[in-house]
Amino acid sequence: MIHFVLLISRQGKVRLTKWYSPYSQKERTKVIRELSGLILTRGPKLCNFVEWRGLRVVYKRYASLYFCMCIDEDDNELEILEIIHHYVEVLDRYFGSVCELDLIYNFHKAYFILDELLIAGELQEPSKRTVARLVAAQDSLVETAKEQTSSITNIIAQVANTASL
Amino acid sequence: MNPFSSGTRLRDMIRAIRSCKTAAEERAVVRKECAAIRAAISENDQDYRHRNLAKLMFIHMLGYPTHFGQMECLKLIASSGFPEKRIGYLGLMLLLDERQEVLMLVTNSLKQDLNHSNQYIIGLALCALGNICSAEMARDLAPEVERLLQFRDPNIRKKAALCSIRIIKKVPDLAENFINPAASLLREKHHGVLITGVQLCTDLCKVSSEALEYFREKCTEGLVKTLKDMANSPYAPEYDIAGITDPFLHIRLLKLLRILGQGDADASDCMNDILAQVATKIESNKNAGNAILYECVGTIMSIEDNGGLRVLAINILGRFLSNRDNNIRYVALNMLMKAITVDAQAVQRHRATILECVKDSDASIRKKALDLVYLLVNESNVKPLTKELIESLEASDQEFKGVLTAKICSLVEKFSPEKIWYIDQMLKVLSEAGNFVKDEVWHALIVVISNASDLHGYSVRALYRAFQTSTEQETLVRVAVWCIGEYGDMLVNNVGMLDIEEPITVTESDAVDALEVSIKRLNSDLTTKAMALIALLKLSSRFPSCSERIKDIILQNKRSFVLELQQRSIEFNCILQKHQNIRSALVERMPVLDEATFSGRRAGSLPTSVSTSTGTARNLPNGIAKPAAAPVADLLDLSSSDAPAPSSSGGDFLQDLLGVDLSPASAPPGTSQPPKAGTDVLLDLLSIGTSPPAQSSSSASNILSSIQDDKASLVNLNGLASLTSLSPNATSASPAPMMDLLDGFGPSPQKKEENGPAYPSLVAYESSTLRMTFNISKQPGNPQITLIQAIFTNLSPNVYNDFLFQAAVPKFLQLHLDPASSNTLPASGNGSIIQSMKVTNSQHGKVCTEFE
Repeated sequence: MIHFVLLISRQGKVRLTKWYSPYSQKERTKVIRELSGLILTRGPKLCNFVEWRGLRVVYKRYASLYFCMCIDEDDNELEILEIIHHYVEVLDRYFGSVCELDLIYNFHKAYFILDELLIAGELQEPSKRTVARLVAAQDSLVETAKEQTSSITNIIAQVANTASL
Repeated sequence: MNPFSSGTRLRDMIRAIRSCKTAAEERAVVRKECAAIRAAISENDQDYRHRNLAKLMFIHMLGYPTHFGQMECLKLIASSGFPEKRIGYLGLMLLLDERQEVLMLVTNSLKQDLNHSNQYIIGLALCALGNICSAEMARDLAPEVERLLQFRDPNIRKKAALCSIRIIKKVPDLAENFINPAASLLREKHHGVLITGVQLCTDLCKVSSEALEYFREKCTEGLVKTLKDMANSPYAPEYDIAGITDPFLHIRLLKLLRILGQGDADASDCMNDILAQVATKIESNKNAGNAILYECVGTIMSIEDNGGLRVLAINILGRFLSNRDNNIRYVALNMLMKAITVDAQAVQRHRATILECVKDSDASIRKKALDLVYLLVNESNVKPLTKELIESLEASDQEFKGVLTAKICSLVEKFSPEKIWYIDQMLKVLSEAGNFVKDEVWHALIVVISNASDLHGYSVRALYRAFQTSTEQETLVRVAVWCIGEYGDMLVNNVGMLDIEEPITVTESDAVDALEVSIKRLNSDLTTKAMALIALLKLSSRFPSCSERIKDIILQNKRSFVLELQQRSIEFNCILQKHQNIRSALVERMPVLDEATFSGRRAGSLPTSVSTSTGTARNLPNGIAKPAAAPVADLLDLSSSDAPAPSSSGGDFLQDLLGVDLSPASAPPGTSQPPKAGTDVLLDLLSIGTSPPAQSSSSASNILSSIQDDKASLVNLNGLASLTSLSPNATSASPAPMMDLLDGFGPSPQKKEENGPAYPSLVAYESSTLRMTFNISKQPGNPQITLIQAIFTNLSPNVYNDFLFQAAVPKFLQLHLDPASSNTLPASGNGSIIQSMKVTNSQHGKVCTEFE
């Protein structure tokens, strides 16, 4: 299983973390620090796998972001590379040519997409189309809900105004 | 509306934080935002709760504490709108982890949401549950999840499947409930459900053997068919990656098949065809294809043997190994390590490529390759492999050197076919990476050298040559110094030349030069210098012509700030000046160190060591001994570390029994040591029928002195009028002195002795009428004092009254006798008298020698 997912920028800033194994808050910061040091210093031509604390970390660099996933020893590393790519492609499809800034300002959306892709550290849906569809459906739910509240608020505000008149 | 809580929008806050130039500015902004959020929380503001939580999550990601927001998550989850729930669950997953008790409060909300009419809300709940539920929550909500496995919407089914995985991992007992639903998931068509279903089955099999049996029987064929359909399916744009339809599903199916086929011949037979098909048909130019092939090879290796398939698999691995992509090579090495247990021969064929990988520029690959090489070594290929490894040692970087050196040393030790090869390889390693070599390794080398008596000359010459070229390797210098000291005469006289050696002329003064250099070197540490001093002493005896020069060199350290060096220098100087007569005896060639005991000690298993002294046997005279010449240098160990502990209480001590009608048969005490060949010692004063000297033959040692050397045995009973004496027991073995020699300073780390060792209890005297047992111990931290507890048992049928035990000791020992527990010794072993004695050795740590 995947133990955690980390997105780190080239400067070591954390853009996204998702933990599927129990790590306390303190342990999380420690892990992030260690892995940042380990991964950010690796050269470009080296393989995408590092051994760390008995586990394996698979990372891939996309522009200025490192996508890291930590797996068990007996998992298929090449498949994890595919999963990382799968995620990036879905993000790309959703944001339209995603860049790091999109992930910074819309981090919650990145999380929603990740939740449609992985649960309990395992892959949920191999089809990008389905994932996109599901996320879109939920977004539209949110939109409608917002419209409703704003329309209700308007009505109330009008009522309150007329009442105060 | 509260003007306070509208605050900034999420986007604005993020922008503000990002535009901060310094950390202090950022902290200020964050503080302000947190304050606003806290105010909103206390006001119980409904409208902007989700915006506030989103802000809180961002702040959390930056690393600031956000505990105050946890209850907000709960409130959001409890509210009825979808957007609130969405953010609430996200906050829950981000800000909390399963160990927090707050999580329990969510259980009720989760339960309600799992029954919600809106399927997206059910999805949210399943997701949250699957990511962070604790064991209690899992137990509570398992029935809901189980029901959802058969929900009408496939998206919910797939989420429920993954959620179930977490549940069975947390609460394995519940696994049985999920077996049937999981099996039905395997028959689905929807890929998402299929993948998650397969994953659920895989995890069920890992958790419960019952599940494994069930799936093996019922589902194997179905799975094989599914895989076949997948492999043969036409182009499906939705699932296509790099020309392969749904590689993820391929891989999951292969994984499950592996688990089902492992250990079961029938199941394995079922899968052979499809495995062969996948292995041959899948193209390997893209990562997805390689991932499938990798999984396929893994499966083939794990299931029951099928010759053809195995060959296919190893071929694929061979192709992977020569691929230029580092990732592929890494996974190939990984798989080969597992394949070695299955088919070592095949892996041997790829030895050359693997050796190439040891020199690779990628650290991960190097490490894997090295591990693999280590597994590949056997007696037949150890020589070429070691040669390659040593070559890569020269090319490797610092951190890798340590690991590589350790591996090479252990390989060489395990598999070396002959001593000369071992010595050569170790020399090369020492010259290249001596600083990384651990102590026990070069100790072992010295043991081997000393055992290979025909190679002494060769070794010392080789070491001398190596020493000339690489003096920065500390360990090399130490070994060289020891050998030059021991076998200096062979070096100079070219004794024992082997055919393969080139002639080398070394004069006596060259040898002394070498030693001098090693003392004067700037980076020589204490051990090296100490060893060099002893070596010089040895040489002064072997090369009398250089004696003066050696004396000068030794004297230079007389004022050294380091106590050890100063002490050695002064004592050796003393020997050189005043005790010329004993010098040669003192520094005679060391007896051969027993390899078996050495390795036993290393393993910590041997409690006692017996030294086989093939060296000079000495018969020490009976009885009288001259007190040792003062000050006696402790050549072997200057520290007062304790003796190789468990060795028996060697002892030589003398006691005097009075008032007991003993028959003078001084039967040798039941020594706990097997007699040693060689030196004998003896002890007995009033030889009233005492057995002849060769008793428990070993070099006697003073029970209280910590180290013994064969040559310097000690016997010293002097003018004691007493009845019987005891012969001492065997002593500590020479590997101990060996270690101390090399250590020079304090107990060596390998010696597992604890201070305050417990010596085995010794039956000091036994006859038909009386038995005396001594329990001997040393106080930790005070090795000069030995405590002896004497227990007297009456073996005769008569009661002894007025039983009195007295003891006498030589001059340098002080004895203190405590009063006995009673004066009457009941008959026939019905009771015993216990008396304690304390003996203090004022010359502890020193070896006494005596001569005629």
